[in-house]
Amino acid sequence: MSNHLKDITLKIWRQSGPNDAGHFESYKVDEISDEASFLEMLDYLNERLINEGQEAIVFDHDCREGICGTCSLMINGQAHGPERATASCQLHMRKFKSGDSITIEPWRARAFPIVKDLMVDRSAFDRIIESGGFITSPTGGAPDANLIPIPKPVSDAAMDAAQCIGCGACVAACPNGAANLFTSAKIAHLNLLPQGQAERFRRVEAMVETMDEYFGSCTNHGECEAACPKEISIDVIALANADYRKAKIKNRKQLARN
Amino acid sequence: MAQVLHGRGPVTATATTTRKRRPFLLDLYSTAVGKKYAMAITGIGLMGFVLFHMIGNLKMYFGASDLDHYAEFLKKLLYPLAPKGTVLWILRGGLIAMAVIHIHAAISLTRLNRTARPVRYQSERDYQVANFASRSMRWTGVTVFLFLVWHLLDLTFGVTNTVGADGEFIRANVYDNVVRSLDRWPVAAFYILANIALGIHLFHGVWSLFQSMGWNNPRFNKWRQAFATGFATVVVVGNVSFPIAVLAGVVGG
Amino acid sequence: MSVELNSKSPAGPLSDKWENYKADVKLVNPNNKRKFKVIVVGTGLAGASAAATLAELGYQVDAFTFHDSPRRAHSIAAQGGINAAKNYQGDGDSVHRLFYDTIKGGDFRARESNVHRLAEVSVNIIDQMVAQGVPFAREYGGLLDNRSFGGAQVSRTFYARGQTGQQLLLGAYQQLARQIGLGGVRLFNRTELVDVVTIEGRAAGIVVRDLMTGEITSHSAHAVVLATGGYGNVFFLSTNAMACNVTAAWRAHRKGAYFANPCYTQIHPTCIPQSDEFQSKLTLMSESLRNDGRVWVPKNPDETRPVDQIPEEDRDYYLERLYPSYGNLAPRDISSRAAKRAVDRGQGVGPLKNGVYLDFSDAINRLGKNVVEERYGNLFEMYERIAGENPYDVPMRIYPASHYTMGGLWVDYELMTTIPGLYAAGEANFSDHGANRLGASALMQGLADGYFVLPYTIGNYLAPMLNKPIPGVDHPEFKAAESAARERFNGYLNVKGTRSPDWFHREVGKIIWDYCGMERTQQGLEKALSELPALYDEFKKDLRVTGNGESLNQTLEKAGRVDDFFQLGMLMCRDALDRNESCGGHFRAEYQTDEGEALRDDDNFCNVFAWEWTGDPMSAKRNIEELNYETVHLATRSYK
Repeated sequence: MSNHLKDITLKIWRQSGPNDAGHFESYKVDEISDEASFLEMLDYLNERLINEGQEAIVFDHDCREGICGTCSLMINGQAHGPERATASCQLHMRKFKSGDSITIEPWRARAFPIVKDLMVDRSAFDRIIESGGFITSPTGGAPDANLIPIPKPVSDAAMDAAQCIGCGACVAACPNGAANLFTSAKIAHLNLLPQGQAERFRRVEAMVETMDEYFGSCTNHGECEAACPKEISIDVIALANADYRKAKIKNRKQLARN
Repeated sequence: MAQVLHGRGPVTATATTTRKRRPFLLDLYSTAVGKKYAMAITGIGLMGFVLFHMIGNLKMYFGASDLDHYAEFLKKLLYPLAPKGTVLWILRGGLIAMAVIHIHAAISLTRLNRTARPVRYQSERDYQVANFASRSMRWTGVTVFLFLVWHLLDLTFGVTNTVGADGEFIRANVYDNVVRSLDRWPVAAFYILANIALGIHLFHGVWSLFQSMGWNNPRFNKWRQAFATGFATVVVVGNVSFPIAVLAGVVGG
Repeated sequence: MSVELNSKSPAGPLSDKWENYKADVKLVNPNNKRKFKVIVVGTGLAGASAAATLAELGYQVDAFTFHDSPRRAHSIAAQGGINAAKNYQGDGDSVHRLFYDTIKGGDFRARESNVHRLAEVSVNIIDQMVAQGVPFAREYGGLLDNRSFGGAQVSRTFYARGQTGQQLLLGAYQQLARQIGLGGVRLFNRTELVDVVTIEGRAAGIVVRDLMTGEITSHSAHAVVLATGGYGNVFFLSTNAMACNVTAAWRAHRKGAYFANPCYTQIHPTCIPQSDEFQSKLTLMSESLRNDGRVWVPKNPDETRPVDQIPEEDRDYYLERLYPSYGNLAPRDISSRAAKRAVDRGQGVGPLKNGVYLDFSDAINRLGKNVVEERYGNLFEMYERIAGENPYDVPMRIYPASHYTMGGLWVDYELMTTIPGLYAAGEANFSDHGANRLGASALMQGLADGYFVLPYTIGNYLAPMLNKPIPGVDHPEFKAAESAARERFNGYLNVKGTRSPDWFHREVGKIIWDYCGMERTQQGLEKALSELPALYDEFKKDLRVTGNGESLNQTLEKAGRVDDFFQLGMLMCRDALDRNESCGGHFRAEYQTDEGEALRDDDNFCNVFAWEWTGDPMSAKRNIEELNYETVHLATRSYK
C-alpha cells in the first residue's frame, strides 16, 4: 500500500531575517513515503540538515490537523498547494510523483513580512479582529443561552463563515494581496447573528478601515475562495460590502461619530 | 526589500485609533471598498452609455437619414424646454465625470494593490480561478480608453477621419463619416479589437459590480455571471457588426 | 513526613461551597484593580478567557503566547463539544448529575468540591459563549441542540459541527482581542516562558524568551497564571499540536509548585494509526464515529485475504463480544486497551499491522450512504486526505493515541499552586478530571477556570497586597533566573553532538509509550526508570542544535522542550510505579479484575500524589492529599 517517491527536488526560499535578501535553495530528497505529509517531508529534510550541521528550514506549523491555521506555504505557486480545501499540513506526498520538482515560498504581502525562511508575521489579522471582530459581552452579564432563538439557517450561515482558520491563504493567493475574505468572514459571522446586531455597523466600519491600513483591495478574482482550506465563499465579501455601505450611508446618523 | 515587522512586543490600543473626519463622500471614497463602490456605480452609468450608444447606432442599418436624424434628436433632447444641445451636454458631462472617477479609482486601487505586495512571488503563480478577464481589467480598460479618445477624434472632431465629398468634415453627416472611417480596414480592425476588449472588460466588470455593491442573494446569484456574459455579448456583437457591415458593403455600399 | 496539602475547600454542604466561598471572598475595589498587574501565560481557552475577564475587571494584564496569535492555541482542535448541565432536553440532567458523572468518569480520583463548582458554572459558560456569538448547533425551532457523549446517559453536549473547540477558542480570542485593542491587555506573541521567579516565597514574575530574537527578559507582576496546556507530547506521537509542551508547568514545578498525578494520561481510542517512521503526530477522529462504526480485527493473525473477502465468521468484533451492553461505545480507556490487546496478539490490520478496523459497511447498508455521509461526511473526507483510503469502500483503520493529560500542577480550590500567587488553569492543572476525563469536559474546564473561577479567586489573593509594589525586574532573583536561562540555551547550542532534539524526543517518547502508556507494569516502569536517565545523559552529551540563539531557531526551542519532557517522563514513571492500583487512564497490569478491568484500591490510593522538586526528578518527594468523599459513594465503574 505504501509506496515511496524518489528523487524529489525541492526549491525552498531561505531568508535569514526580515531585512535580509532571500534566495531559493535546492534540496534533494532521495526517497520519501507517499504516506508522509508534506510537512513531515520537511521535518525529514530538516533532520537531515541538522545531521549535516546545517540550519533547519524555519516554517510555521502546529496542529497538523488543518484547524489552527499556523501553516502557511506557497507550494508550486498555490497557497497551501495543489489539493483543494486542504491546508499545507494536511497535504500528503501521494499528491506528488517521483521526480517532481516542488517550489516552496513564503506568503508574500506587505502586511505579512517574512520572519525567517518560510515563516511570516500575520499580526495584521489580529489588528483587524482587535478593531471590531468581537461582540462586546463582558463575562458575567450574559442572558440565558436559549433566550434568543436563532433560526437554524442563520446559525448555519454564521458557522460557515466562522470556520475561518486565519491562515492567510486568501491574502497569499489574492493577486492584489487583499484580506477581504478574512475580514468579511468575521464580519459575516458576527453580523448574521442576532447577538451581533448592536455593534453591526460600528464593527464593519472599524474592521474594513483597519484592513485598509495593511492590505490591498478586492477586485473579485475569486482566488481567495479557491485557496481557502475551509472553502469560505466570497459571498461573505458581498455581505460585508453591503454592510459597509449601509454603515456609511443609512446609519451614519445613528453611529454618532465624532 | 526592507520590511518592518509589526505587532512585536506589547501590542495595545490599536482599536481605538480614530480616523480623520472628512466630508461624507470623500470619507467613503477614501477606503478601498468605497472606491469599489465608485467604480461599480460609475460602471453602471457607463454600461448604460455603451448599451444605448450601440442601440442608437443600429439606426445605420435603416440608412443615412435615420442615423443622422437620430443624432439630431439627441441634440434636441427636451427641446424646446431646454435650449438645443443642453441636455446632451449635461449627459456628456455626467459621462465624462463618471469616466474620470472610474479611471481615478482604478489607478489608485492599482497603486494600492502594488504596494500591498512590494515583493512579488519569486516563483511562478498557478492561478486557479482568476481568469484572463479579471486579470487584464487594467489593460482592457486602457485599450477601451485609448479607443474612446481615437473614436472622438475620428467621428466627433474628424481629426483622424478622411475628408468627405465636399472637402471638409461635417459632423452632422454621421452616416457618411462612419462609412468613410470604417471603410479603412486598419480602422475597422482597431475598432473590432477595442470592442472585444470592451467585452472582456464588461464580462468581469459587470459581474464584479454586484459583489462590490454587495448585491448578493442566493435567488439571483447564479444569474449574475449570465447577465454579465449576456450584456457583454449584446454590446460586442452590436458594435462589431458595424465595421463588418461597412466592409461588407451592407452599410454605405 | 510529607507536607499537609491544604485544598482550602470551603466549609458547608457540597452544593453551597462555591456560594459560601463567593460570600466570604476578599474583594478589590474597582478603582484599585488597576493597581494590580497579573501575568497570564498561554492564551488558549483558559488563558484567553482569564486574561480577557481580568482585564474587563480592571486589572492590568500581560498575556504571553509562543504562537504568532492567541487564536492558534491547541484548544482549537477539540472536535466533539462542551458539556453543560443546562437540562435543555429535559432528560433528567442537573448540576449534581454532571458532577457525579465527572467524578465517576474520573474513577473517583478528583476533588469533590472543585468538580461540583465546575458543574455549577458549566451553565454560565454556555450563556457567555452564546452571547459572544459562538454559533452552536441549533434545532429548527432556533433553540440550542445537544448530543450525547460517552460516559453520560443524558444529552448535555453543546457543539458547533465538528469544530466546537475552534469556535469556543475564537470566542475567547475575540474577547481577548477586544481587550488588547482597548489597552487592557498587553499581548506578547512568539514569546515563550523559560522560568518562573519567586521572591520571598511568592510568585513574582516570569522570565521569557523572545522567539524571534532570542532575547531573554523578565516580567514582574502581583500574580502569575499558567494556562499552558497539557504534556501529552511527552509520548512524541500524540494528538497534541507540535508545539504543545510541559515547559511552563515544569519550570514552575522546579521553583516549588507541586506536580500532581503525572501518570494520569488519557489515551483516545479513535486515532488514525501511524503510517511510517517519520510520522510527526497522530490525528484524532471524533469518537462519534463509534456510534455507527463496528470495531473488528481478523480472527487469524496471519490473515492475508483482502478485507472485503474476510467472511463474517472470521472476524472478531471484540468490543461487541466483550462488552455486550455498551459494545462499540465502551468508554475510552476500555476500548483503547482492547485495541492494544488485539494488536499485541498480532491481529492488527494495515500495512504495519498497527490498527483495528472501524467498519461502516453495516451502517451504509442499513442507513444508506447518504445518511452516513450526512453524519460523518467531513470526518470521512479528513480520513481520506490523511490515510489515502476511501472509508465508504474500505473500513477505516484506527488505533489509540495519547490525547489528554489529567495530571498537572497541583492546585487548591482557588486554583493556586503551592507557590503563593502562582495559579494554574485548564489542562495545566490537575484538579477536575481525576484519573480519566469524560468527553466534552476539557473545553468546559478550561472556560470555567478562566471565566468564572480565577477572576474571583485571584482577587482574594491580591486584596491584602494593595499598594505593595511589585519587585522590579532588576531584582537579583530575576537576574539570576535570566542568566540561568541564557546559560541553558547556550548550553544546548554548545553541546555540538550528533543527534537532533527530534531524535531524542522520539526516543524518549518510545520509552514512555511502551512502559508508561496504555498499560503499565512494575517491571516495565522500572525498566523505563533505568533507561530514561541514561538517555537523558546522552541528550546532554550528544545533542546537536544548529543555527544560533540570536534569531528564530525552532531547533533550539525544541531542545528546551525535550529537556523538560525528559524530566517529566521520569516523574511520570515514578508516579505510575508508586500508584499500586489501576484507575481510569492509569492501568497497571498487576491490578485488574478477572475480566481484565481496572482494579482500584480505595483504601490506600484514594488520594493525590503531589510531587515536590528536590533537584532531581528521580528523587522527587511525594506529598499526599487525601481525597475525602463527603457526598459520593465510591463504586466500581462498570460499562458492561
